[in-house]
Amino acid sequence: MAALSLAMPSRFQPGRIAIWLLLLAGGVLMITPLLFMFSTSLKDASEVYDLRLVPAHPTLDNYVTVLSDGRFLRWFGNSLGIATAVTLSNVFFDSLVGYTLAKFQFRGRYIVFLAILSTLMIPTEMLVIPWYVMARNFGWLDTYWGIMFPGMMTAFGTFLMKQFFETVPDDFLEAARVDGLNEFSIFWRIAMPLVTPALSALAIFTFLSNWTAFIWPLIVTTSKELYTLPVGLSSFAVESQIQWELIMTGAALATLPTLTVFLVLQRYIVRGVVMAGLKG
Amino acid sequence: MAGIELQGLVKRYGATQVVHGIDLTVADGEFVVFVGPSGCGKSTTLRMIAGLEDIDGGEISIGGKVVNRLEPKDRNIAMVFQNYAIYPHMSVAENIGFGLHTAKLDKAEKRKRVEQVAGILGLEPLLERRPSALSGGQRQRVAIGRAMVRDPTVFLFDEPLSNLDAQLRAQMRLEIKRLHQRLGTTIVFVTHDQVEAMTLADRIVVMRDGRILQVGAPMELYEKPADVFTARFIGSPTMNVLPGRVVTEAGIATLALGEKPVALPTTVGTVPADVLVGVRPQQLRVLAGDEPADLVLTGSVAVIEPLGSETFVHVEFGGGLILASAPAKSPPAVGAAVRLGAPVAALTLFDAASERAL
Repeated sequence: MAALSLAMPSRFQPGRIAIWLLLLAGGVLMITPLLFMFSTSLKDASEVYDLRLVPAHPTLDNYVTVLSDGRFLRWFGNSLGIATAVTLSNVFFDSLVGYTLAKFQFRGRYIVFLAILSTLMIPTEMLVIPWYVMARNFGWLDTYWGIMFPGMMTAFGTFLMKQFFETVPDDFLEAARVDGLNEFSIFWRIAMPLVTPALSALAIFTFLSNWTAFIWPLIVTTSKELYTLPVGLSSFAVESQIQWELIMTGAALATLPTLTVFLVLQRYIVRGVVMAGLKG
Repeated sequence: MAGIELQGLVKRYGATQVVHGIDLTVADGEFVVFVGPSGCGKSTTLRMIAGLEDIDGGEISIGGKVVNRLEPKDRNIAMVFQNYAIYPHMSVAENIGFGLHTAKLDKAEKRKRVEQVAGILGLEPLLERRPSALSGGQRQRVAIGRAMVRDPTVFLFDEPLSNLDAQLRAQMRLEIKRLHQRLGTTIVFVTHDQVEAMTLADRIVVMRDGRILQVGAPMELYEKPADVFTARFIGSPTMNVLPGRVVTEAGIATLALGEKPVALPTTVGTVPADVLVGVRPQQLRVLAGDEPADLVLTGSVAVIEPLGSETFVHVEFGGGLILASAPAKSPPAVGAAVRLGAPVAALTLFDAASERAL
């Protein structure tokens, strides 16, 4: 017993406990709004301002109301279509440019790379005005293309893919060259499959950021049929005199694809974060 | 099949010239090995033959056709890379068949060719496996299979065995040699391992600093090296090279080295005073008692290396160590004073200034 009581203090690590408490507090801080969102979506209007986490009279009526409203499904579809198209575009074009910068020697390569990188340092809020001017001049205001065009290729994706293509040994590409493949086929059939983990990470990040995008779709669209889900839900608030239970229901439904993507592809997301961190 | 001709081949990277006007003719069906230390230009030369590097001067012909401006795929060559370069996302069969993707063959014919090649290389049971499930030797065989399936006129090998362990390397060496005997295709093989060069080549090309030092059959290079570098590079263990002095009196040249002067044969011709004397460890033997020999060196044994069939002894001599052979079963003890002897015919003389053979 004496030995045990002596050993106890050495196991007591205040630093470690403090870290765990801090992490726990952070976790609670992050999960609470999400729990309230699901909780509110199960409450009726009279109960919304009662801040209990477990509803007194849980109901699925809000889900029936939201899902039977055609606009919600339309916005859901818009978000899904736009996020998917932008993701595919990013995966293709970011990789193509990243591959070119990583594997081809040409004059001005470094300058091009620096120019692309430098756009990472400009916040979205500053880019919105030139985007808007572009969209207006090209007649893209209030169109799907108008929503999508700024994100069809990203500096981050190009940078990420360039770093990954640099790890692909040149021998693979040269072997394919000797075997008779043209340059595009070498990129598509040999290099791309070799960076699948990076492609998955890029696809996941791009999809999630486009699924939740709010500012640009809000600015560029005026027709309600073109709204994406976040924009649509915010308009819901204005029109319905802030019916929180419906907004929370919409938001809860909007998280489903995100949650699904996360649960299914958790491994790739974590790997992607690690890779982006290491490579960045 | 086709021969290769290199004429005045030059390669520069910026201001640095790495290959200095190489001339070489590789006969149809010949197995030629480029050997030399890292950075000697051997891989660069091979890559220029393959079309993976642009050339800055000279001419490359394959099968009598100048290919300077042809893309790699139009040269009808196949190349095996150091790290195999087999595609990890494809099965063995897909990897081997990949070389046929431009061939105008139907699926059944392609499959037949893949199976044929797999049969030759003993890969039949592995056709559906991914490269990650293969050993190093199997991967190398897949890489060779992918090269073979196209039936190229020339095979290029860029240090294909350097990633394998010693045992596997010896096995693959044998397989490549048998493959050449069977197919008779022209092969250019790059290595920095002189054992590979000696065992595989019909002719060896020794390179240093972007230049060819000597071209010849393995035994020719072993017995008549053109310079000190080749002498030391070819043959294992490395040749002993000792400084000596030649005294010529009344037309008779005598080498002053070791216990007593060594009378050089009259065929040697004019010999400068300062020379380097090369003698292979296999020909420099530990003498029993006062056994006579043309060249006799004395020293004390520093290290003994028994190899089973023979034993090598490192002997302190002239402020350094020289290597000699001793009877496997009765080697001298460490620290023992020994006499080493070699016949005059086993000595190779080099000019001390130019290091060229005399």
